[in-house]
Amino acid sequence: MQIHIEVENLVFYRGARKIFDGLSLTIPRGKVVAVMGPSGTGKTTLLKLIAGQLKPHGGVIRVNGENVHKLSRRALFELRKKIGMLFQSGALLTDLSVFENVAFPLREHTQLSEAMIRRIVLMKLQAVGLRGARDLMPSELSGGMARRVALARAIAMDPEMVMYDEPFVGQDPITMGVLLKLIQRLNEGLGLTSVVVSHDVAEVLEIADYVYVMSEGRVVAEGSAEHIRKSEDDYVRQFLQGLPDGPVPFHYPARSYEQELLSC
Amino acid sequence: MLKLLQKIGQKSIAKIQAAGQLGLFMLALLPALGYPFVRLRLLLKQIYNTGTLSLPIIMMAGLFVGMVLGLQGYNVLVDYNSEEAVGTMTALSLLRELGPVVAALLFVGRAGSALTAEIGLMRSTEQLSGLEMMAVDPLKFVFAPRFVAVLLVLPMLTMIFNALGILGGYLVAVGWLGVDDGAFWSQMIAQVDWYDDVVNGMIKSVVFAVLIAVLALFQGESAMPTSEGVSYATTRTVVQGSLGVLALDFVMTALMFN
Repeated sequence: MQIHIEVENLVFYRGARKIFDGLSLTIPRGKVVAVMGPSGTGKTTLLKLIAGQLKPHGGVIRVNGENVHKLSRRALFELRKKIGMLFQSGALLTDLSVFENVAFPLREHTQLSEAMIRRIVLMKLQAVGLRGARDLMPSELSGGMARRVALARAIAMDPEMVMYDEPFVGQDPITMGVLLKLIQRLNEGLGLTSVVVSHDVAEVLEIADYVYVMSEGRVVAEGSAEHIRKSEDDYVRQFLQGLPDGPVPFHYPARSYEQELLSC
Repeated sequence: MLKLLQKIGQKSIAKIQAAGQLGLFMLALLPALGYPFVRLRLLLKQIYNTGTLSLPIIMMAGLFVGMVLGLQGYNVLVDYNSEEAVGTMTALSLLRELGPVVAALLFVGRAGSALTAEIGLMRSTEQLSGLEMMAVDPLKFVFAPRFVAVLLVLPMLTMIFNALGILGGYLVAVGWLGVDDGAFWSQMIAQVDWYDDVVNGMIKSVVFAVLIAVLALFQGESAMPTSEGVSYATTRTVVQGSLGVLALDFVMTALMFN
């Protein structure tokens, strides 16, 4: 099993808040790996760190064995061409049509002929089922469609790896099913490494080969989907079953309730 | 007392930090500025957005300002029997001061605010981040074309403003108030100096363009990615841009015409 991404002892602060505190994980090539955790655990931040958009305060991130944050700007951009990222919002360029959005990375990074670009774009749009929507503008798309267009754009350059940032958030059940199928199909069909960052437990466990569960900046549980499902760990069980109280308290830290009420 | 001092200190440090960030932003932008000339389509689109779309307001404003100058100039000069000088007066006022300044003020409101809002929204919708992830440098792709466009467009708009202003003055003075046609033009041609008046006015306009471009882009880039943040940033661009134009105008006038 070949290692694609390796995160070692990652430390990252946002202001005074510690987001990652010695986070370590490895992502093997060609697998679907899920990183799960409640909102605010820095899942998006992790993806941005892997792509070199943010610099860690400690630790190392290696992609293909190379330390991402030691790369020159040029080498970093070369690396990013091999990474597709699906943003939560889609991040489509609002002044370009669906077709041009998918064609955008090809136009920027390749010298392909117009006919060739057209063919590739239509293929990618076909893969996400939106070939018929190529002339629409991003503002005319529903949330689910926008995400599928963004996915088509993310795979336009035939990347080695796609990172999905909360792909299921705010999607209706049908779109969710479509996205699940797409992620799986892309992974099998193109041999991509897929990193899915999400807190939609059921969906993720369905497609993930390996799962990391994060809490307070570190990995608290890992293993196959089956292993995670059967976990006896209090925290993991709270997270999977969506219990309101448990190791993760319902209340934001505060003074004691009685004290606060009596003091006014 | 101590609190007050602390507050002053905090505010000053924040201001100095902002100035430093602005400086770093300019420094980072500098090497990207050649790129729009390689990608002319990007540049043309921005020239259209900032320039062509600003034409109506600039032309209308120029015409009205010129007409007012013609009217006011005539009323003052007619008492001294030198109403022919109204052409000179209109042209000098426009070329030296009103052209560059009023065009820049209108431009901040029309194009500067739009640039800030656009970039602020691009940031809040992760478009800038998305570009970076696609290995496209937003400095080259988004910021540089807009900067260069503003730099090219504002001096041109200023010239158009001046030309229409002089036309407005001509229409009022010669067409309406009966100033002699030949005297209007010949006095203007005799009195207006190419370097002192025309070139200095254009230099002002270029300086204003740099100010507005840097400010609008920086405010957009550093806006909080919320609707409130973008709205604040847009306001800041217009307020700081307008005040900056007026302050710089004073400094440059003192240097040029003293």
